[in-house]
Amino acid sequence: MAETMTAEAPGHTPEHHDGEHHTSTGLSNEKLAMWVFLGSECLLFGGLISTYMFNKGRIGPNDVGPEDVFDIPFTSVSSFVLLMSSLTMVFAVSSIARGDLRGNRIWLATTAALGATFVAGQVYEFTAFYSEGLGFTTNLFGSAFYALTGFHGAHVTIGIIMLMSLLVMSMRGNLGPERAETVEIIGLYWHFVDIVWIVIFTIVYLFPQ
Amino acid sequence: MTVTDRTITAPEETLALPAGPAIAHRPLGVFTRPQGSEGWRSWLFTVDHKRIGIMYGAAALFFFLVGGAEALFIRLQLATPNGSVIGAGTYNGVFTMHGVTMVFLVIMPMAAAFANYLLPLQVGARDVAFPRLNAFSFWCFLAGGMLLTSSILVGGWFQNAPDGGWFAYAPNTGLLFSPSKGIDFYAVGLQILGIASLVSAINLIVTVLNMRTPGMSFFRMPVLTWMLLITQFLLLFALPVITVALFLLMFDRLWDANFFNVEAGADPLLWQHLFWIFGHPEVYILILPAFGIVSEIIPTFSRKPLFGYHFMVASGIAIGFMGWGVWAHHMFTSGVGPLSVAAFSVSTMFIAVPTGVKILNWLATMYRGRLRFTTPMLYAVGVVSMFTIGGLSGVTHSIAPSDTQQTDTYYIVAHFHYVIFGGALLGLFGGFYYWWPKAFGYKLNEGWGKASFWVMLIGFNFTFGPMHILGLQGMSRRIATYRADEGFALWNMVATISSFVIALGVLMFFWNVYVSTRNWKRAGRPDVGPDPWDARGLEWMTASPVPEHNFDEDIEVDRLDHFWHRKYGKDENGRIVRAAPTSEIAHDGSNTNVHLPSPSYWPIVLGGGILLVGYGIIYNLWLAAAGLVFLVASIYGWILEPADDPDAAGHHDDHGDDHGGDDHGDPDSNGGPSGNGESATADEPAETEEATVG
Repeated sequence: MAETMTAEAPGHTPEHHDGEHHTSTGLSNEKLAMWVFLGSECLLFGGLISTYMFNKGRIGPNDVGPEDVFDIPFTSVSSFVLLMSSLTMVFAVSSIARGDLRGNRIWLATTAALGATFVAGQVYEFTAFYSEGLGFTTNLFGSAFYALTGFHGAHVTIGIIMLMSLLVMSMRGNLGPERAETVEIIGLYWHFVDIVWIVIFTIVYLFPQ
Repeated sequence: MTVTDRTITAPEETLALPAGPAIAHRPLGVFTRPQGSEGWRSWLFTVDHKRIGIMYGAAALFFFLVGGAEALFIRLQLATPNGSVIGAGTYNGVFTMHGVTMVFLVIMPMAAAFANYLLPLQVGARDVAFPRLNAFSFWCFLAGGMLLTSSILVGGWFQNAPDGGWFAYAPNTGLLFSPSKGIDFYAVGLQILGIASLVSAINLIVTVLNMRTPGMSFFRMPVLTWMLLITQFLLLFALPVITVALFLLMFDRLWDANFFNVEAGADPLLWQHLFWIFGHPEVYILILPAFGIVSEIIPTFSRKPLFGYHFMVASGIAIGFMGWGVWAHHMFTSGVGPLSVAAFSVSTMFIAVPTGVKILNWLATMYRGRLRFTTPMLYAVGVVSMFTIGGLSGVTHSIAPSDTQQTDTYYIVAHFHYVIFGGALLGLFGGFYYWWPKAFGYKLNEGWGKASFWVMLIGFNFTFGPMHILGLQGMSRRIATYRADEGFALWNMVATISSFVIALGVLMFFWNVYVSTRNWKRAGRPDVGPDPWDARGLEWMTASPVPEHNFDEDIEVDRLDHFWHRKYGKDENGRIVRAAPTSEIAHDGSNTNVHLPSPSYWPIVLGGGILLVGYGIIYNLWLAAAGLVFLVASIYGWILEPADDPDAAGHHDDHGDDHGGDDHGDPDSNGGPSGNGESATADEPAETEEATVG
């Protein structure tokens, strides 16, 4: 689908790039590598989520627990922001495939900004929880909660850095429609991180017991 | 100022235009690519999968000597009752480092050596999918290996070595029970090795899935390719699990988290689960490459195709899946409950089935074959027999009541040495003898090879065979001494003496390498030919040693064992006869027109950055932060590196790099690289036809 889109793109040059390389599967090496990597990431988050579920209830009766600190409306909003960033990421991919470089820059910047908003929300949330008495070392719930959400936050941050790098490349004229697939691959990562958040939000926040 | 501004902005505006050669500029300093393929520098910056494979092998052999020396210290300490060669504290460090070294720094990189060298050749590719990442995997592995091994020396002899066993059970690894830096070295070292293996796994999976030569469908791939592919998938999914476990351990030790803090209500069994969910697939990560190697060697020296190819592949896949469902058989005595014990007992019994299928298929391959007992064949047969012993003692562990008696005794030590030494290591050594002529252009000496095999095999059986008895007598693992009245003295002495016999066998291997190299050079470096063993895989279809570009042209594969079927056909009576001499079929490496990815500085720079971060995490977080900045800068250096050496003419055969590797889009370096090879093969017959017609 991406290839037909690039073929229609007005700015498209008939140069070969890796997305059109002949490969045994038809997928480019880069895209396949990202899929394979994301497969591995599933097990990373699987391990972290299991660790959280294993440990969240292991707190004393007077300890700070999930229901003492969670602010579901606030986290719902920041989750919504993150999910919207997936939508803008789709716009970024489709705009570059159409050869709309200006649109691509706008959507890349929007996606990065929404991601940054989410991370900022997480930082705020962490400081709020900390002031309410839940530190990383306070109890097992604290350790497990900060480890899981912290790992996710780090993933979002890396995604933002990659988006910003794409944006800089685009500004410098190094991100034309022939590299639509690079944006698409970063998009795969971004969507994955969002999907993981849906799971984390559901398991950690919506079902705290 | 304005003038310079204009000169900077000008190229951006013209970038959309077709780029001419005038655009080709030489970037500043570090952003050029290293050049040349001679001398030691070329090894540091190489991205050639064959050189990387050789470096993996050399590094693994070095660590093998380290791990072997540690083993000898263990045996010396246990030679007599109340041994006092090394103290109990040092003993803990020695056996932990022996295990960690042999698993992570010997068997895995040795398998990686074969995977790197052979996978692209066996599927008919020019290189791996991401050559620079491949080099990074190696340097990252070396960084992790150096960091781990340095723990023996820093702060005093074995003062800071990991001392919690290779499985590092919590809460024994907490600061309370293990206050030295040892466990930090363990956690950080394994984390770095994990990054190396993960990157390598992704790279090799993409290579096999995506870069097969035309006609190389999945069921035309050699069994070694299959086993290595399954191994990479196991790595891909197992490594993140131990990554989580190691992070939790690091958080506990560095920042007082509570994951394994029993006082705070933690259940340390979590570590055992996470570790063995990684650890049991890891067992198959260790053995499957050796299975693949044996599946290459036995058909060649039986002069028969592998019996039941599809069953061999399917049993490998079955092992790959079932390997995930047996981890708790390591934990029968940890109180996981009767239901879990029963379930994991049954699954453990079942996983013996696909392994048995392999053993029987190897035997059926040899049955009525025209056997040639060369050194590699001896090693392969050694694997089949020794692994069968180890596999059978493994099945005894699936009987939970029996296993309960054997847990933490020398019976377990005997079992896993039979599968890891008798299976994996013997197989990998057989691989060294088998592919040595392919990699270096001469065979290792057969006399020394056979002698070292027998010395090693006899030493091995008398070292680890008696441990079955010791274990059933009740001798505990990981205890530095035993009393004279416990009745363990005789077999311990036998094992200690025999361990030095193994050491002799290993030294004979190294001596063999030296002698064979010397004799070959003295004889004026005779050419061993592309196919010295009359073998079957595509790797034998090109010159030895393999030229940098692997194959002169793309090979169109039409069936399993394509190369063998090109060499042999059937006459009118159905007898197998030679169809064509190897020299006519095999490529001679004369096509120097193939452009390959340029060497790169960045993989080794990145490896150095990771080493810095590693030591920083252990000793000083500021150093880690500095290392991280350096690392991120290096990643950008990597991304911004030009695709090709600006002085090189023509196009390079760009197999792409990482997803951020922006070299593909450079207008001056693109021009349908993959089209070159294809059109060459497609055009050639047409030209000759014209010639004959004309």
